[in-house]
Order: sequence, then C-alpha cells, then structure tokens
Amino acid sequence: MATGTTERPPSPDQPGGVRAPGRAAISARHLRTDRWWLQPTATFAALTVFIVYSTWRALINDDYYAAPYVSPFYSPCLGSECVDMKGGPNFALFGDWWFMSPAVIILIFPLGFRFTCYYYRKSYYRSFWASPPSCAVAEPHKTYTGETRFPLILQNAHRYFFYAALVVAAILTYDAVLGFRNSEYEWGHVGLGTIVLWINVVLIWLYTLSCHSCRHIVGGRLRHFSKHPLRYRAWGWVGKLNQRHALLAWASLISVGLADLYVYLLASGAFDDPVLF
Amino acid sequence: MTTAPTTGYTAHFKVWRGDDEGGGLEDFEVEVNEGEVVLDIIHRLQATQAPDLAVRWNCKAGKCGSCSAEINGRPRLLCMTRMSVFDRAETITVTPLRAFPVVRDLVTDVGFNYEKAREIPSFVPPEKLAPGEYRMQQEDVDRSQEFRKCIECFLCQDTCHVVRDHEENKASFAGPRFLMRVAELDMHPLDAAKDEGLDRRTSAQDEHGLGYCNITKCCTEVCPEHIKITDNALIPLKERAADRKYDPLVWLGNKIFRRKE
Amino acid sequence: MTQVERQQWDVVVVGAGGAGLRAAIEAREQGLRTAVICKSLFGKAHTVMAEGGIAASMGNVNAGDNWQVHFRDTMRGGKFLNSWRMAELHAKEAPDRVWELETWGALFDRTKDGRISQRNFGGHEYPRLAHVGDRTGLELIRTLQQKVVSLQQQDFKETGDYESRIKVFQECTVTRILKGPDGRVSGIFYYERESGRFFVIESPAVVLATGGIGKSFKVTSNSWEYTGDGHALALLAGASLINMEFVQFHPTGMVWPPSVKGILVTESVRGDGGVLRNSEGKRFMFDYIPDVFKEKYAQSEDEGDRWYEDPDNNRRPPELLPRDEVARAINSEVKAGRGSPHGGVFLDVSTRLPAEEIKRRLPSMHHQFKELADVDITAEPMEVGPTCHYVMGGVDVDPDTAAALGVPGLFAAGEVAGGMHGSNRLGGNSLSDLLVFGRRAGLYAAEYARDAAGSGAKRAEVDEEQIAAASAEALRPFSAEAGAGAAGKDGDADGGTRPPENPYTLHQELQQSMNDLVGIIRREAEMSEALNRLGDLRVRARRAGVEGHRQFNPGWHLALDMRNMLLVSECVARAARERTESRGGHTRDDHPAMDRDWRKQNLVCRLADPAGGALPAADVPDPERGQIRLEKREMPPIRPDLLDLFEKDELVKYLTDEELTE
Repeated sequence: MATGTTERPPSPDQPGGVRAPGRAAISARHLRTDRWWLQPTATFAALTVFIVYSTWRALINDDYYAAPYVSPFYSPCLGSECVDMKGGPNFALFGDWWFMSPAVIILIFPLGFRFTCYYYRKSYYRSFWASPPSCAVAEPHKTYTGETRFPLILQNAHRYFFYAALVVAAILTYDAVLGFRNSEYEWGHVGLGTIVLWINVVLIWLYTLSCHSCRHIVGGRLRHFSKHPLRYRAWGWVGKLNQRHALLAWASLISVGLADLYVYLLASGAFDDPVLF
Repeated sequence: MTTAPTTGYTAHFKVWRGDDEGGGLEDFEVEVNEGEVVLDIIHRLQATQAPDLAVRWNCKAGKCGSCSAEINGRPRLLCMTRMSVFDRAETITVTPLRAFPVVRDLVTDVGFNYEKAREIPSFVPPEKLAPGEYRMQQEDVDRSQEFRKCIECFLCQDTCHVVRDHEENKASFAGPRFLMRVAELDMHPLDAAKDEGLDRRTSAQDEHGLGYCNITKCCTEVCPEHIKITDNALIPLKERAADRKYDPLVWLGNKIFRRKE
Repeated sequence: MTQVERQQWDVVVVGAGGAGLRAAIEAREQGLRTAVICKSLFGKAHTVMAEGGIAASMGNVNAGDNWQVHFRDTMRGGKFLNSWRMAELHAKEAPDRVWELETWGALFDRTKDGRISQRNFGGHEYPRLAHVGDRTGLELIRTLQQKVVSLQQQDFKETGDYESRIKVFQECTVTRILKGPDGRVSGIFYYERESGRFFVIESPAVVLATGGIGKSFKVTSNSWEYTGDGHALALLAGASLINMEFVQFHPTGMVWPPSVKGILVTESVRGDGGVLRNSEGKRFMFDYIPDVFKEKYAQSEDEGDRWYEDPDNNRRPPELLPRDEVARAINSEVKAGRGSPHGGVFLDVSTRLPAEEIKRRLPSMHHQFKELADVDITAEPMEVGPTCHYVMGGVDVDPDTAAALGVPGLFAAGEVAGGMHGSNRLGGNSLSDLLVFGRRAGLYAAEYARDAAGSGAKRAEVDEEQIAAASAEALRPFSAEAGAGAAGKDGDADGGTRPPENPYTLHQELQQSMNDLVGIIRREAEMSEALNRLGDLRVRARRAGVEGHRQFNPGWHLALDMRNMLLVSECVARAARERTESRGGHTRDDHPAMDRDWRKQNLVCRLADPAGGALPAADVPDPERGQIRLEKREMPPIRPDLLDLFEKDELVKYLTDEELTE
C-alpha cells in the first residue's frame, strides 16, 4: 500500500458511518460493554433540572431580594420595577416598555457564557444531541456539519460572553460585599446568606477565569512565552485552573442555583437568615 | 532461573475476521498468562490456532502506534491493553478500527491519515537563520513538544465521530491528529509560514475543517500518549482562528500594527 | 504465471527508518526520482524506539567537546576495531546533521541560552546527546517523515502529483535484489503485504537501510521487522558482511513480566543519575571497571555522585561504562546469585531524583513501567537485565560512499552497514550514524545513478528468469502445504514425507538457540552446537508451510523472513566461533582476554555457494555444510594524525608493538 493513494468514491445512497461499505462488516452500532450511557444520561438529567428551575425563577419576577441579599439571577437588576436594593446594582436602564422579568435582561450573559463554554458544549452535544452519545458509539444523525455554519458557528463568540461574564462576576462580587450588611443595612455583619453568596461568587470567579478563552487571552495567543514572563506565569495559573474547568462548571452551576434558592426561601418567608454576628 | 508463578487461565475471545467483502466475529478459547497484554493473546492465536490472522504491530511497547484496534468497542493499542484489566469470565471482543476501510482481519487501510498529513503545509524555516543558529527557549517549545509526542496510532482519527459516523466528511475534515499538527506548527517559535503568506489559523478553519470539531473530547480520551488534544491543541486553535476571523478588535489591531510582531 | 508489474525509479531505498529516510531525502534533493520501500507503515520504523539521543559534539553544554573527542570516545567504545574513517566522518558531520533537523522542524530540548540541550551517556566524555525527553527516535523519524512530506508538497506544486519524485511504498517487503548480467544492480523484487502481489522496481541504485537482526534472538529490544533482511539481501546479491560476531546486548531491558521481557530501558536512566544495585543493595559496577578504563571512571560512590554536579573535577560513575561492560557485569551478578527476583538486577532512580524530575526527564520510561509492569519508577527500583539490542556487524561498505564492496549500485547505511562501531556501539552513536551515513548513501547512490544514466549505457534490464525465480521462492511456503509430493519434487532427499513445518515454531526454536548458544557469553562447543541446530532448522524451514491466501498473511511473511534470519544467524555463529578473543560485544568464556593481534582483523562473511546469489537459498545442496564462507581480512592502518589524538599509554592496550612502531 502506498501512502494515501487509495480511492474511495463517495456513495451517498449507501448506509453510512461505521456501516459504510468497505469498513469491517459489523452490524452493531457499537461494541462497548461498559456503562457508557451513564454519563450522558446523568448530564441530561442535571442540566434539565437546572434549566427548568432557572426558567421558572427567572420568569416569576418575584422573591429575588431579601435584604441585604440579592439573587444572582436578578443582579444587576435593570428593569424599571426592580425592588429597591439600597446600594445594590439596580438601575432602571430599561424603561416601562420592558414587560418581562428583569432577570431575562441580565441572564442572557451568564447563560450565553455557559452555553458557548467549551465544556458545556461537550456535555450537551453528547447528552442532548447525542453527537456522539459517547466515544465510539455511533450517533443517530444522518449528516453532521458541526460548528461550521449558522447557528453553531456563533459558538466562536464565546470570548465576548467571557468579557461579559467578567462584568457579571464583578457585580456579583459587589453584591457579596453588600452582604456584609444586616437586614437594616448596617455594615459589619455576616449571616449564612453572606457565606452562601461568597461561596457562589468565588466559584463563579474560578469558573470564569478557568475558561479556555481566558487562557487564550491571558497568554495562550502568544508565540514566545519567553518574551512575556508575567503573562506566561498567568497562563500557567489559568492552565492549572483550566484542567478543572468541568468541575468548576458544575460547582458554580450548583452554587448559583443554591444561592438563588436561598434568597428565594428568605424572600418568600420560608425562614429567616441565621445571623452569625 | 526465575520463579514464574503459573497463574494462567483460559479466556474467551471474539476476534473479527474477514476482509472488505465481509466477515464476522469468530470465537476462540485461548490461554492467558500473568502480565500479558491483548497483543500477546493475538500472537498466541496466530502461533497456535490461526496462523494467517492479520494484525499490524511493531514495537510492542506503545511507541510506534501500529497495533491500533478496538477492544470491547473502545479504540486502543493492543500492546498497551493489559489482560489484567478484564474480568476473567469476560468475553473480550477485538475488531479492526471501524472508521477506516478494512483490509483483512484486524488490519485497516489508514491511507486517509496519510492523505491528510500531506494537506497540512509543512514547517517553514526562517530565511535568515542558518542551521545551528536556531535559538529557542524551553518554555516556547513545550507546547509543540507535547503534540510531537504523537505516535500516529490514529486512534483519535478513528474515534472522532466527525468521520467515524460520516464518511462524507472525510474530504473536508483533517481530524484531531492533523489539526493538532496545525496547532503544533502555529505554536512553533520559529515557523515562518507568515512570511510566505500562509496564515495557519484561518486555513485551519477554511481548509482543514476545524469547525467540524464539536470538542466532545473523544480524541483526548483515547490518546495513548495522554496528549491533551482538545484542551491544548484544538480549543487554542479555535481561539486563534477566532482571533483572526471573529474578533474585530484583534483584526483591526493586526491591520494597524502588522509590522510590529 | 501472472505478469509482474514493473516501475522505474532512479534510486530505491529499502527501509524507512532514520537512515533510509535520510538517504531518500538526499537522493531526492539531488534531483533524482526516489522510491522508499518499507515493511511497516510510513513513520513506524524501529528508529522510534531509540530513546536517549543523538550524539553530536556541538559543545552546547560543555564547550570542551569537539569532533576529536567524539572520535576518541567512539574508537574506545568500539575497542579500536572501528573503521576509523567512518568514525572520523561520523564525528565530524554529526553536528551538521542535527542542526539540519531543526530546519526541518525538529524540536529538541533546550539549554538555558536557547540552544540544543545535550545529555550524558555511557562512554561519552562530555554531555553530547541531543534529545527530546526520552523519545528522541520518535522525533527523528517524525522530522524526517515530515521532511519527506514537505518535499512531496513541493513536487505537488510543480507537477500536480505528490509522488512524482519521492514515493513511499509502505508495507512492502523486498525479497531479492536483482542484478544485470554485468553484475550491476538492476532493481528489486518485492511483495506487497496487503495484497500479496509481486512487483519489480527497475533501478540502477539500491540503498539498503533495513536495520538489524535482533529478531533472531529470544530476548530482544527489537521489533518483528528486525529479521536481518538487508544483511541477507546483500549476501544473496554477492556482497559481504563484516563484524557479524559483534552483537550488542543492551544492559538494561525489562525482565518482568515475561511478555515484555527485553523491551528497552533507556540508558538515559543512568545518564540522569540512576544506579545499578544487586540483591544485597550494593552498587556492584565499581567492581567491574576494566583496566583500560581505570583512569576514566570514579573509584568511589562519593566521587561518582559528585560528577553529576561537577564533571570537570570528578570522574564519572561506572554505571556509565560502555554497554558491553555493563551488560557483562549484570550477567555476572545474576549468575553469582545476587540478582533480583525475576533474574535481573535493580536499576534505581527513585532515590536519586525527585519524582517530578523523573517524570519530566523520563516520561516514557515512567509510562512504560506503569502501564506494562505496574511499577512506579519514581517510588521503586526497576528490574533490568541484558537484552539483544543492536548488531555492530553489517554490509561491508566503502567508508566514504557507503557503497557495498563488490556489488556496483548497492549501498548500505545505518545498522545494516558494518564497520562504523567496531566491536561495540556507544549509546547515541546510532542515531547520528543513521543521519551521517544515510545522507552519504543517498548522495553517492544519486551520483552513481546519475552517472549510470549519463554514461549513455542502457539501464540493466531485469530479465524474466530472475523474476520467475524470485516469485517461485516467495511462493514456496504455499506449496509446502500441499504435502509430501510437493516437497519431494524439489529434490528434498530427507524431507519428502514429513508434514509441513509451522513457521512460528521454527522461529521460536531459532530464537531460543541463538539466545542460549550464541548469546552474551559464548563458548566454542555451544556455537558448534548452534551451527548444527541452524543446519537442522534450515532443512526444516524448507518445509515451512502456511495456511490461507496471500493477502496480509503474517504466517507467510514469517516463513519468508526465516531465510534471512537463518542466514544472518549463521554469520553470527560462525564469526563468533572463529574469533578467539573477547572484545566489545563478543565475549568468549574460553578466550576471556582481548588480543591485540585480533584487533586489526575483520571476519568477512560471504555466501558459500557463489551461484547462491541467483538461486533460492533453500536449494543449497548440503545443509550441513552451511551457507556462509568466512575469511579473515586485515584492516587498513589508522591514519597517523588520528592516532596522535590518543596518548601512547592508551594505544599500547589496543595496538600491537609493530603497529605502534610503524
């Protein structure tokens, strides 16, 4: 056999993929014997739970503020009917014409960031779209163009969502700082909610900074690390975080949901924030 | 001389036999001894039961990447899959790579990969430097060196659903191995492709099908050299392509400050 | 019979390892149409197994290094039996060959100031080995492979065909070199593994770059390809082999588990600080420093340890003696009952370097032991023992042009060529040998082919008779299966009614015999016994039969390779029995000393039956007589200016008094 001189005429009418003519005649879609379906199924379930919960919370437009805590779903609050948060990031940028929940305005950014995130892409392509369901398991689709054309070519906009996510993370940090007040807006207090918000904001930062776009912008795009020692070091740190990007993606997803849930429970009066001091 | 413990047992194997006309899984009962790998068992089959069983192999130490096949449905090197990872009662199924045309038994026609290798423009030596004058810092070559660990076993090419499940994409998609080669050259500290008017970043997208990759990471999962293909080569390459094609600020900056770099 | 397809090329290179690809690149750059034929896929050659590095006196780490020092080390390592001219060319040209790789895209590990880093290795006075972690051979192959591709891309731009000027025929095996009536090379005969079909390439120049012979031994670091094809092809074409008695046993191969026994453990482990210990925990190498090396090596553990940090004021530890010395020492320790549980000794780097450092410097060793033996080398010692690694002997070539003596148009480079390494090769000198002499072989083959074309003489035609003979020889294993009648028809006096032989069984018996009888320590009686067994195997190999058809049939391939392995094994055994001294890779229990009179003698192997060149080997009438004729030949005296590079005190250990006074 010479290097690469074989000719394979395309045959559009015949069965494709692993059953394409010329390939080893094996009828099974895959021969894996392990529980390969477990991970996509679990991912599907977990993401679905989050989507249902967050949609409901974003649309109800209520119970998102319990002084001094604001739900991360509603911060910054840019609608005209936002609850007054006293020092919180709420500005009526959008006028009366905005008829929906103010969460919708702002959630587009963190959700867009996560939707275009390289890790989440892997997870939902596998679990929701079965493309592929798992490695070496044939996918059910007849054709595949990946991210070469609209709409999926928009995934390349990830870095803009990253820039936005930085702003969102900064605002959530501000919210967490405001959490050092008590419900009377007096400074120097810490309640359970403060800790919840801080855990959330730290995880959000770690997730945001561990992003592949961040790694690229910080240093990955450089050709000569040796000429940029500081950026090289920063690239190294981001790289270390980046190895845990998947873990941080899940941890911060759970934390942001729990932070919102916590505020919801306070705001709806289910219980009172235990004040530590 | 040695105290070789006799802990042999008989394993049940199913090995795909046939050629491009057809074939199927054949059953074998075969002896297994301590410390053996799947390739040892295939060799035992050859020596005792099926002398014409076709298999490709060379170094038997995970360094040449010849003995790629699929074991229990997963793309693996036969020589680096130890028998001890399987349950003794388990039936072990060995098939040829399923993304490429079969030649005979476990041997496939991997010509696709050699075609793709030719489509990636080679390293362009800097004109001003004579041999012996190259100066590169270790931190500047680390990234490309990781990709040069590749033993070209083509397991990543085999597992990648873009071509495994869609024969028609083979024409336009270079596959993880060769997109990684583009990344390797783009990160090479002295590659002078730019001077020849070649932009590896845009050509990755336009000519080698980078956009087909939906980063589902199967290539990284199967890599016997544990190269982080997706995180260190494909995603950075996507980001670099985005620099060129989807980032107006960078695009403008490059237009204005082109001379600077 | 079916028509055999013919193609015409200017230069044919047999083998696509380091030497073959370098030769092909050179021939193509000389403007000649070049074909490369290899048994495996393109890029899988055994060169990928080389781990440590490429020896070249670039002086990047220690500026004291230069070609003279490298030359001296090479001659010492080979115990002065080297072709001094080859050693000289090699030492002088190696740096250029390494630098050239960088312009083709190779990425070596770097020094602090950005140059190619160099590491210590056994027998080399200074840190000299350009390396990439412990996967240097892979880098070399990949770089050459990519250079070939880049040439093909150039050709594509110009001609629209990637393969118009350089083409790789992969998974093809050459079984015969064809010659014209005037004795010049006219081409090659090969079969394609995939289809089993036969082909002929007509070409005035053939470069052999097929590597070694290790698959004739049971415990070996070599892959299945190493069946001595080039050695045998050269013999059958009428060329001669020299130094076949010198087989290098690498001191450190894996010994456990059995299925990986023999797989290489790189010398870099010792170069980077690893030490050898016996079961009593003793660093035994201090007891095995031979007299000729006494002044060069540390006498205490402290001094040896200091050397890693301060090489200028201390002598190197004896773990870094040339490979033959270390292999013999390990053998002796094991025989004396001080071996490790699985019959090796302990090689420990875990107590010498931090775990992170080990993983960085020796990544593939870490990986190899973890995956194959469940041993974590950062935490526990490895068990190692000698493994057949390299054959110093090979085709008798002209040192400058790599042309095989006696067969116009035939060239040889790399492991298949003899002379360069004398009686023992230094680690790291192999990869540089491939590049230096690969290039030379390509260059002079191109020149030869151009002259042949320019002289107006018509290319030697390949005649049908030779092709028919080669086809019949290659198909023989299929008819052996047909039973008694077929075997008898060939005039097989004693085998007429016996059943066909299983080639796998024959191969295993050959490996066992060579390992037991012509292994690391040799005795006359054992080698005579080996020759008897080889004769017996040769008779049985004539009945080697295979099942199935010609498409990718490994049983058939092995049956054909047996001819080559039997030929080279006989060369090794015969030459080893003849040389009544111990030197380098040849150790005689019954002649333990080095003999200065033997220093200038080469043992030359030729096919015994002159007609054998054109006949299938199995038709040699009397199997007991053997197929190889041996002859002693005196080496040319070492050029005086090269001799002057050594101290007189040292020379007296190697050279006879007459040679010194001359």
